[in-house]
Amino acid sequence: MVSQSHDSVSHTCGHTHPDGHVCWGGGGDASTHHHRLEVSNLRVTYREVLALDHIGFATECGRSIALIGPNGAGKSTLLKSLAGLIPADSGSILWRGKPLTRSSHEIAYLPQRGDIDWNFPITVRGLVEMGRYPNLGWWRSFSSHDNEIVERALAAMNLHDIQDRQISALSGGQQQRTFIARALAQEAHVLLLDEPFTGLDKPAQENLSKLFRELTREGRLLIASHHDLQTAPKIFDGLLLINRSQITFGTMNEAFTPEAIASAYGEK
Amino acid sequence: MTNDETSSQAPNQQMILATTLSDCLAEPIAQRALLACLMIGFANGFVSAFVVLQKSALKIGTLSHALLPGIALAVLVAGLTQWSALAGAVFAALMVGLGSLFLSRTSRLDQDTAMGILYTTAFAAGLLILTKLDIRQQLDEWLFGSIVGMADSDLWIAFGISAVAVISLIALQRPLLIYLFEPNIAASLGVPVRLLSYALFGITILVLISSLQAVGCILSVGLMVAPAATVYLLTNNARTLFWGGGIIGGLGSVAAFFLSYPLGWSVSATIIVVLGGFFVIAYIFSPRYGLFSARRR
Repeated sequence: MVSQSHDSVSHTCGHTHPDGHVCWGGGGDASTHHHRLEVSNLRVTYREVLALDHIGFATECGRSIALIGPNGAGKSTLLKSLAGLIPADSGSILWRGKPLTRSSHEIAYLPQRGDIDWNFPITVRGLVEMGRYPNLGWWRSFSSHDNEIVERALAAMNLHDIQDRQISALSGGQQQRTFIARALAQEAHVLLLDEPFTGLDKPAQENLSKLFRELTREGRLLIASHHDLQTAPKIFDGLLLINRSQITFGTMNEAFTPEAIASAYGEK
Repeated sequence: MTNDETSSQAPNQQMILATTLSDCLAEPIAQRALLACLMIGFANGFVSAFVVLQKSALKIGTLSHALLPGIALAVLVAGLTQWSALAGAVFAALMVGLGSLFLSRTSRLDQDTAMGILYTTAFAAGLLILTKLDIRQQLDEWLFGSIVGMADSDLWIAFGISAVAVISLIALQRPLLIYLFEPNIAASLGVPVRLLSYALFGITILVLISSLQAVGCILSVGLMVAPAATVYLLTNNARTLFWGGGIIGGLGSVAAFFLSYPLGWSVSATIIVVLGGFFVIAYIFSPRYGLFSARRR
């Protein structure tokens, strides 16, 4: 676990570009944006199968990107690879100009809800507190500052009243919010979410997409795999379309075209 | 019935039991056994939390059986000493653990199947070796434990292992909990997941070995699963799980020690039966996750 001192990053990230400055695909001025995620020519082999090839895009804080592609397109692999869980064969992932693994507490990975053991003996608050561990290291105890951050994360995700509940006693939407609150407690800049909307009912989906908009407005970068083509343009402002290799990347308006979708989902 | 009546009715019986128990406790052998029960019970109960959270109870069962052939082999090669038995046990656990991994990677079998074959074969071979060595009475001790036969050195080994295990687990609790909850989240936070899983495996094996003398390799799984499984039905807090597991393990073992004496039962079997009893009580009566509360939820 990395224990790093705080710098000004957590504050600058988020309030620097409410102006809507667009720098999709390297079109913006990279030098003025320190909080950029740059992926170039990524190639990943997973379990001896080439899972991803020719993935390259650049984006920054304050965006929400839908990662879309058919089943087996490599969405989860890409998220895991961005989170540093699966090593890349070649290519690079730079966060703020450095290889991403070196800033691990700035990246939060949120697995699919189906991958979680919801019977684990932990409460909502306990799970959110886990977000502080990278900052605390292995032994340091919670300070009032840590508690304050946990409180804020719980409040932001509207979990205060259910903070003592065991995590299996939550609805799908509450479970997802608990995970996001953990990422907030971690003071993550980048949230990598694997199918966060899957299994949520309509109101919970709407609630979550509202929270997504708030998180990006605060300046966080959200990248989420998503399988519902209908709802994607309403929730996200960017699109990364893949099927083993990258089909397209851009703003929802530019990139979400019938041709691109057909190319990703069509017969190969 | 008043107190006077009770004491006048059965004063002799009570006195006999008390004197024999206190006589018994005056014996160094019994003192050692009692201490061993407390220590081994606590350490195993503490570790059991991690076994339950990792859902590796069956793997532990397999490994505990694999310890026997290791000990047999060590006796064959180097004669029976504490250290040869310890080394043999570690060797066997590693062989079966890594061997099953190797088998599953180099064939189409999964690791559970590979383990199933390896440990039964090794266990059977161990039985043959121990029979051949003509140390039959010791075979029983390895299989089912003999806590009353513990020497001072055994007690020190058990103490050393317990201390190392509990202190390491406390030191590693934060990364361990994230790892056990979701290995991917842990890895994404920079937790050295593979190293941690080896450390946990190593600690588990050590504690398992320390419990061999108390409960033997067949019953040791019970001591390493039942305490935390009981607490698991009572709490939503992982820390309560390992401290509670330790307390239940230690308490249950000591209670079993006192129970086994007047009843003339084997201590090791009594320990497992008492812990099993605790589990059943929690399963039925747990306010949160018991049989009766399930209907309310």
